[in-house]
Amino acid sequence: MTEQSVTVAGSPVGGEIVTAAAPQDGTPDTRASVKPKNNRAWFLVLPVVVSVAFTAVIPLMTVVNFSVQDIFSPDDRIFVGLEWFRSVSRDPEIRAAFVRTLLFSAQVLLLEIPLGVALAVAMPRRGIWVSAALVIVALPLLIPWNVVGTIWQIFARADIGLGGWTINNVLGIDFNYTLDSTDAWITVLIMDVWHWTPLVALLAYAGLRSIPDPYFQAAQIDGASAWATFRHIQLPRLRGVLTIAILLRFMDSFMIYTEPFVVTGGGPGNATSFLSILLSKIAVGQFDLGPAGAFSLLYFLVVQIVSYVFFTVLTRAGR
Amino acid sequence: MADIRLEGVGHSYDGGRTWALQPMTWTWRSSRAYALLGPSGCGKTTLLNIISGLLSPTVGRIWFDDREVTAVPTAGRNIAQVFQFPVLYEEMSVYDNLAFPLRNRKYPKAEIDQRVRRVSQLLGLDDHLRRRSRRLDPGRQQIVSLGRGLVRSEVAAVLLDEPLTVVDPALKWTLRSKLKEIHRDTGHTLIYVTHDQTEALTFADEVVVLNEGAIVQAGEPAELFLSPAHEFVGHFIGSPGMNVVPAEIADGVVRVAETDVGRAVGELEPGPVHIGVRPEFARLGGEGTSPGLPVRVTSVDRMGAYNLVHVQAGDHPMIAKTEAEARFAPDTVEFLHLAPDRTFLFRDSVRCGSIAPLDGKGAP
Repeated sequence: MTEQSVTVAGSPVGGEIVTAAAPQDGTPDTRASVKPKNNRAWFLVLPVVVSVAFTAVIPLMTVVNFSVQDIFSPDDRIFVGLEWFRSVSRDPEIRAAFVRTLLFSAQVLLLEIPLGVALAVAMPRRGIWVSAALVIVALPLLIPWNVVGTIWQIFARADIGLGGWTINNVLGIDFNYTLDSTDAWITVLIMDVWHWTPLVALLAYAGLRSIPDPYFQAAQIDGASAWATFRHIQLPRLRGVLTIAILLRFMDSFMIYTEPFVVTGGGPGNATSFLSILLSKIAVGQFDLGPAGAFSLLYFLVVQIVSYVFFTVLTRAGR
Repeated sequence: MADIRLEGVGHSYDGGRTWALQPMTWTWRSSRAYALLGPSGCGKTTLLNIISGLLSPTVGRIWFDDREVTAVPTAGRNIAQVFQFPVLYEEMSVYDNLAFPLRNRKYPKAEIDQRVRRVSQLLGLDDHLRRRSRRLDPGRQQIVSLGRGLVRSEVAAVLLDEPLTVVDPALKWTLRSKLKEIHRDTGHTLIYVTHDQTEALTFADEVVVLNEGAIVQAGEPAELFLSPAHEFVGHFIGSPGMNVVPAEIADGVVRVAETDVGRAVGELEPGPVHIGVRPEFARLGGEGTSPGLPVRVTSVDRMGAYNLVHVQAGDHPMIAKTEAEARFAPDTVEFLHLAPDRTFLFRDSVRCGSIAPLDGKGAP
């Protein structure tokens, strides 16, 4: 009896039921099987099904519809099967953009996640500076995407932009994002870091705030260094919020459109033309609905798969 | 191990307007098991955190034997502290948890292993060393948190801040006896904070009762029960607590509700006092040899092994503990006999005297 109550101590409620039911017939599940199932609760899900159908499923299906046809005009179209998928996945321009976008997302994650966590750790835990720090950190998040683009478009300009001018004339480095592809890449990358690191920081800060004081006190008593405290107390407890942060930042950066469109327009050359910029060029610029449909479905699939892999790996790592 | 001496130590969270812990001088003697007992918010945790160095006292100095540690940070004090809920390095194994404080202090590997194994044996964790600490049940997790304190053999004291709050009631007894066992085997000074009197009385060599930031009485469990030095101790310890009713001293005689109950013992000015008697020492019965206090029975609680009879002495409610077979009907008048050596007088909540039988009328 004692042995039993020790093993079920982790879940006191469940433990009581088991010990109470065990002497009778040894099958604690009988009650669940006797109770008839009532399926009417499914109707409660109906509003969600309807709204998701109208906002997501049906639009997606029209894209699927486009992707298997060659459309010359609304009345003149032919079924081409998977032809567009084949040509899109072999297109060198799209492949280059895919690699470029993947590289961009990887760099975004590598920069923003550690930076955001560092920022969150450095933010005050209590006191009058908490609100000030929160507001200052959150500011970039409050600015609309295209305005962010405009700010950086001007800020990084070599002739009149504060940042660009300083780099050229004070640091003495030749920097011009409209001509040099590396400069353009760096500009877009730093802009994204500026815009979205605060999101990671806020998520991480919320995670850190949820750690009760005794954890830090215990670490002090155990003589843990600041690094050990971070490594063994703060970081493990950030796993949940960092999973969310990584997913959000991956999806968002992999689909980035507005800011590079405003700053570089995808150039110079193809240096910053990411998948979404290319896609909108094909879909809206050239009005090639078939290839664009196939392209966006593949794009969608990649985002799904990578997010799924991230999610699985990150949640499994915690077990 | 060392005596921990507090010299005028007090703490205020609001710059001296109110004291969370009133300045006190007190010595925790080496190798004893103390229980620090008091209601929530009385300053228990503040006192504990001051000892462990998590909190710097507003005033006063702290000594470990002859070494002053007032300004020494937590890590340098060699104090072990166990919190209300298990605090673990969750992603580490039990072994790594136990080794963590030693690794931080750069102990040689062989010694770490030896100490961890000794503590795990002491705490019965041998079978769990390789498991992830967060997979354990809360009781074992709490034992691991305790173990992290015990691996450092030179710890000055082990502080336990209501360590059994999260533990199943059934497991509490097991853990508490484990703690006593550890205390016996290691001889560490233990300071065990709790607001549960049963926990305190069964656990400790000495119980220190804290109320409103001040120590009101310290002593062995029996002493606190039989001879409370403060009204609060009378209320807080015992179940139900002590009856305290207003009384009057006139001509050396104590009167309650216009009845003489005994002679006042002690240097006492005439005037109002409080008289306190535990339900265990208030005998209910007919008019006997002692000058019984006439009371009206209001209700009876049957507790199984005994009854609690609620009575009204004048306007003041009192409780008497009687045998389970005793029958007292509500609304009858009975006489309450107060045991003279167990009835105390209080002024300003502090004990100032006791009562003796009245002349000419024998002992109860």
